[in-house]
Amino acid sequence: MSNIFNSMLAWVDKRFPLSSNWKAHLSEYYAPKNFNFWYFFGSLALLVLVNQLLTGIFLTMNYKPDASQAFASVEYIMRDVDYGWLIRYMHSTGASMFFVVVYLHMFRGMMYGSYRKPRELLWLVGMVIFFVLMSLAFTGYILPWGQMSYWGAQVIVSMFGAIPSIGETLQQWLLGDFTLSDAALNRFFAYHVVTLPLVLLVLVFVHILALHETGSNNPDGIEIKENKNPETGIPVDGIPFHPYYSVKDIVGVVVFLIVFCGIIFFAPEMGGYFLEYNNFIPANTLQTPDHIAPVWYFTPYYSMLRAVTVNFLGIDAKLWGVILMAGSVVVFCFLPWLDRSPVKSIRYKGPYFKIALTLFVISFFVLGWLGTKSPTPLYTLLAQIFTVIYFAFFILMPWYSKIDKTKPEPKRLKE
Amino acid sequence: MKKITIALLILCMAPFGVLAGESGMPLDRAPIDTTDNASLKRGAETFVNYCLTCHGASYMRYNRHRDIGYTNEEILSKLVLTGQKVGDLMQSAMRKKEGEEWFGVAPPDLSVIARARGADWLYTYLRAFYRDDATHTGWNNLVFDRVAMPHVLYELQGEQRLVVKTSDKGEQKNLTLEKAGQLSATEYDKFVGDLVNYLVYLGEPHANARKQLGIEVMIFLLGMLVLSYALKKEYWKDIH
Repeated sequence: MSNIFNSMLAWVDKRFPLSSNWKAHLSEYYAPKNFNFWYFFGSLALLVLVNQLLTGIFLTMNYKPDASQAFASVEYIMRDVDYGWLIRYMHSTGASMFFVVVYLHMFRGMMYGSYRKPRELLWLVGMVIFFVLMSLAFTGYILPWGQMSYWGAQVIVSMFGAIPSIGETLQQWLLGDFTLSDAALNRFFAYHVVTLPLVLLVLVFVHILALHETGSNNPDGIEIKENKNPETGIPVDGIPFHPYYSVKDIVGVVVFLIVFCGIIFFAPEMGGYFLEYNNFIPANTLQTPDHIAPVWYFTPYYSMLRAVTVNFLGIDAKLWGVILMAGSVVVFCFLPWLDRSPVKSIRYKGPYFKIALTLFVISFFVLGWLGTKSPTPLYTLLAQIFTVIYFAFFILMPWYSKIDKTKPEPKRLKE
Repeated sequence: MKKITIALLILCMAPFGVLAGESGMPLDRAPIDTTDNASLKRGAETFVNYCLTCHGASYMRYNRHRDIGYTNEEILSKLVLTGQKVGDLMQSAMRKKEGEEWFGVAPPDLSVIARARGADWLYTYLRAFYRDDATHTGWNNLVFDRVAMPHVLYELQGEQRLVVKTSDKGEQKNLTLEKAGQLSATEYDKFVGDLVNYLVYLGEPHANARKQLGIEVMIFLLGMLVLSYALKKEYWKDIH
């Protein structure tokens, strides 16, 4: 039996690099042995991606991208399609969980300095993945054509209109109409189910290729490749990804599925955070809701969009909001060059970095919370203060990371 | 000019709007139990008799009600009042245009109203109508100011009047029953409770099946957790 298998494998290997790729990326890809809880989120992001692709295909079979039928077709899926409710909740919960997982994945990178040399490109590809993910979430949220789909999209689309001179033309080009309408719904559907998923898949592939070129970082932030066994050439602190991390990731997957299924089956609306109550009202172009709030994963940026209330430096307040909102996401791309610390991991960084990162996380949560609220003078003031803190984390980093009191890095991974 | 027209249009719609008129009134807790088929059936029959004339539930099919214990024959005799087929959608008898002419706004579809509004809001709303000569229907509502809908259930509840008490704590609005209806106050509360229970069911007919399947999935996953953890431990025992 094993003879037949071996000769079949040899036949394939002559024609396709199967064994060599299996070795290079799984059974002989050496990962640091000290990965902790934070290292589950990369593989979990992949799991959620597969979930979104599969459930998305089945939703596409029954959804109608037509302004007069979209809302009803979603309810048709929820009621008349066999297990349609399950497929739809898997997709809607998956969208939110994608952001949970990716935010934790990014935070892991920030804690352990995974963006530092030699992983700058890996980080940049990851950032582009994040932009594509945001576009996917935005285009997907429009599709049910509820009140929040419509008016939330209206807010985002009007941002393009704020760009000087080309804004209005760009907005019309994007919408295919003068207002948000059936034409826009159709093209956002095309972006959501074809263009963006294709781009995302390619980028994820590139992200993994880049990772396997440099090797994974780890909680100690030291390079395991600098300490290889002279005879075998294998890093002494490395273990093969398969079977060690493949079996470990299964545990992570099961724990994740318990949370994921807990939401799907017992709280699919997540108290109005994953599925907003107002989105159960069909889009009405003549009736602006009292309060427009994006889904939770966009609320920090939405807060920053609304934070600027006066024109200054000759730039309109609305345009400032757009600049800040775009800047708040793009600024992550500069992290590899902003961090001047001699060490990578938070374990060996000094108090300044720890305080800065804590303040950053607090500002992210406070801005996120403010983005779900109607603006009041107090809330606007808070949003302004925390927007400053958010950006200060990045802008001041070259300074505080340099003068910070760091601890010496160990030569080998700590147990 | 165009913007002003749109602004005016929105302003005119506001009194009738579904989203307008949030009053911040404390809401009463609705007695919801979507596993209580007897209550759901009473609610369903109330719904087709009193609501479906003007409001559709046009994402729901009549024969879905087999889930709450009806047979097809019972559905046809008790729920389908307008000669439709058992597999048809629950469309309203009133046309959208007529609604706009009669009430200023087309009555909203109620299929997912409980998911948009919440059960407590609906339960309070349906019990908070009062006589108000200042509105064109002659009715007003404590939780939905100047609502376009008249009090459809007034023969059952009776007529309430608004009593405003001004104290140092501010205005306090209360309703008193002025003219008794066919039902006592507790009977009416139960009647509305059944109706709202049905609206919650109507919002997501598969909710009970979802929770049931969820329990099975959780049990399976907990088993998987034990197995996958044992597998990981076995593989990792020589890694130091």
